[in-house]
Amino acid sequence: METLWFMLVAVMIAMYVVLDGFDLGAGIAHLLIARTDSERRQVLRSIGPVWDGNEVWLLAGGGTLYFAFPALYASSFSGFYLPLMMVLWLLILRGISIEFRNHIDSLVWKPFWDVVFGVASALLAIFFGAALGNVVRGVPLDKANEFFLPLWTNFGIGRDVGILDWYTVLVAVTALATLTVHGGLWVALKTEGELQQRARRLALAVWWALLPLTVAITWFSFAIQPRLIASFGARPWGYVFPLLAIFGLIGIRAMRPREIPPFLCSSIFIVGMLTSAAFGLYPYVLPSNLDAGLGLTVYNAAAASYGLKVGLMWFIPGMLLATGYFVYVYRSFAGKVSLEEEGH
Amino acid sequence: MDALTIHRLHFAFTVTFHYIFPQLTMGLALLLVVLKTMALRTGNEHYNRAARFWARIFAINFAMGVVTGIPMEFQFGTNWARFSKSAGGVIGQTLAMEGVFSFFLESSFLGLFLYGEKKLGPKAHWVAGFLVFLGSWLSGFFIVATDAWMQHPVGYTLGPRGEILLSSFWALMLNPWLLWQYLHNMTGAVVTAAFAMAAVGAFYLLVKRAEPYGRTFVRVGVIAGVVASVLMLFPTGDGQGKNIAFHQPPTLAAMEGLFQSEEGAPLALIGQPDVEQRRLDNPLLIPRALSFLTYQRWKAQVKGLDAFPQDRWPDNIPLLYFSYHIMVGLGTIFIAVMALAALMLWRGRLFAERKVLWLLMLSTPFPYIANTAGWITAEAGRQPWLIYGLMRTPEGVSPHVSAGNALFTLIGFMGMYTVLAILFLLLVYQEIERGPEVRS
Repeated sequence: METLWFMLVAVMIAMYVVLDGFDLGAGIAHLLIARTDSERRQVLRSIGPVWDGNEVWLLAGGGTLYFAFPALYASSFSGFYLPLMMVLWLLILRGISIEFRNHIDSLVWKPFWDVVFGVASALLAIFFGAALGNVVRGVPLDKANEFFLPLWTNFGIGRDVGILDWYTVLVAVTALATLTVHGGLWVALKTEGELQQRARRLALAVWWALLPLTVAITWFSFAIQPRLIASFGARPWGYVFPLLAIFGLIGIRAMRPREIPPFLCSSIFIVGMLTSAAFGLYPYVLPSNLDAGLGLTVYNAAAASYGLKVGLMWFIPGMLLATGYFVYVYRSFAGKVSLEEEGH
Repeated sequence: MDALTIHRLHFAFTVTFHYIFPQLTMGLALLLVVLKTMALRTGNEHYNRAARFWARIFAINFAMGVVTGIPMEFQFGTNWARFSKSAGGVIGQTLAMEGVFSFFLESSFLGLFLYGEKKLGPKAHWVAGFLVFLGSWLSGFFIVATDAWMQHPVGYTLGPRGEILLSSFWALMLNPWLLWQYLHNMTGAVVTAAFAMAAVGAFYLLVKRAEPYGRTFVRVGVIAGVVASVLMLFPTGDGQGKNIAFHQPPTLAAMEGLFQSEEGAPLALIGQPDVEQRRLDNPLLIPRALSFLTYQRWKAQVKGLDAFPQDRWPDNIPLLYFSYHIMVGLGTIFIAVMALAALMLWRGRLFAERKVLWLLMLSTPFPYIANTAGWITAEAGRQPWLIYGLMRTPEGVSPHVSAGNALFTLIGFMGMYTVLAILFLLLVYQEIERGPEVRS
């Protein structure tokens, strides 16, 4: 039961990163590729009807994590207090910059929100990457499985770690590159002409940075976190997840003249990387970096079994409904964006 | 200030600011369905334009509600880790259900409602509007269910290490506290939206702009407003009051400023509680009314604060007393204002009666104050407990988040929300100035 919920939460987080990832990526990319007001509006229009729904995956995933693994939610959220609060501020700034930009037509108002949107999107990608890096590296849990990390200490990964060290910064940069590629491919999928060309060129250029970064973080992750080797050694079928990531990464380049397949490949790459990390750490959900005997696992962090069982009764129909809405909404807004039919 | 105080202020500040927005959107979602229904039934484009105008106001408020709502869910983990660790298996249920059942629904169909009117056609567009309404009211349900459990915990057992384990899902969903609190809260949201709609309509009539829309807004706002204001008092407010009398008697005594138990207890209309001297200064009392309202008997005994050990008293009695009295006082004024306006509307004189239009226009802020005061009554009244009778507030806080770190983020939120408030007012003003007549 705990393992099932672990998989469900992992799927929700992966969905969040794939979906909100492309609109974060579009935010990062738009400062670089969209030059005129009309082009910027096209980029925003490509995510306008869906970004809020994408962000709901974060809320619903967070809620699911809360109810299935309350000890993990409590420990990690209070331990990563400062960066999480900053994530909240960035989410606020980003949300209002999308929604409020087009309310006032001014040469001061719009460029200001464009920059806020781009910078907040980029910083969010960096923070999410750093968070993943922290989970893989482990945190200094005490006997009660609680901790508190400062933002940074000496950027080393020794005893006095901070949230940012050289390893987590490397993961953060990889996340930034990943979502830039992902967002660029999304914009290429939803637009036409000059803008589409620029979006595609950006995605494929950043791909050359993503390739060595991916190799590097894979190498360092295995070096830092011995559980990864142990997990893949004990259950070799798990190599399917890294293979998925490799397939996705190569696919982005191999299918580059087309529109939809490279975007799907980049989604597969993201899912492959996240599931590899989740598989490699399992049954740990938050390991300790100091004492291999400590750490939060799916067992000691899970809620009581009655709650987990009863949760399935509403979770499954609820998520089927939600998936239904998503398919309907994405179909309704399928195809290229045009600026003629703006709602409000 | 110690860390606990800052953590409490942190939540109080962010949730108070957050609730400015959902109270309007939940109420407005219902009124949008009303306007869309009128459009569908009459086939008159006027009502569609009216709905589109309010959809623009809705969108601004919704965006504000979303961005200020995410911090609420996060803070359970960041600032209240011990509480989340022990109670997460219970209240995590309702919070996760909110995400799964209402946020997906709301966000998906709001996108369609705002951007897809042409693609959908009138009937499907009505359905999209209705689903936004359903999603927002479900969201309210799950949040109130969470709070109701903290006010009156049910359906749980205690584990070997004192952790709180869910033992009955249906007890959680059918909590006796939940029904009245939910209905009271949602009716309060309708009051806010009805007053806002009537106020904007009154503004257009007063400045003689977009007058056909002004009349529609005033008519819909006043009719919804009079019904909702009355429902606030009875049966929802009455039911909620009895919940408190039955399950949280020290809270009732503190709310009413009743320091000594009495047979035939009076109802204090005004007065200032003096906790040190244990009396109500400068009181204006209605004899025996409190006994009657609580137990339907003029001579019934109502327990005062002296009947309870002091460590069970709410820790801020003046705040609780004043917020409760502000809520009830304003609620009474709302009934009077809306009844007057409804009477004139019925007589066909309202649209020309400038004094009453002025009154409607200037009333806008007060439902916000009353709803906020109501929530302060509920939450300050729950003290000194985080989960009533089960966990005291200091036991729930995150032990490793220092006062300095919590103050840093509280100041950050204060700065951020000041900017948001200015932007919000600017944009809403701009939409009202632009008016309902513009082509979309």
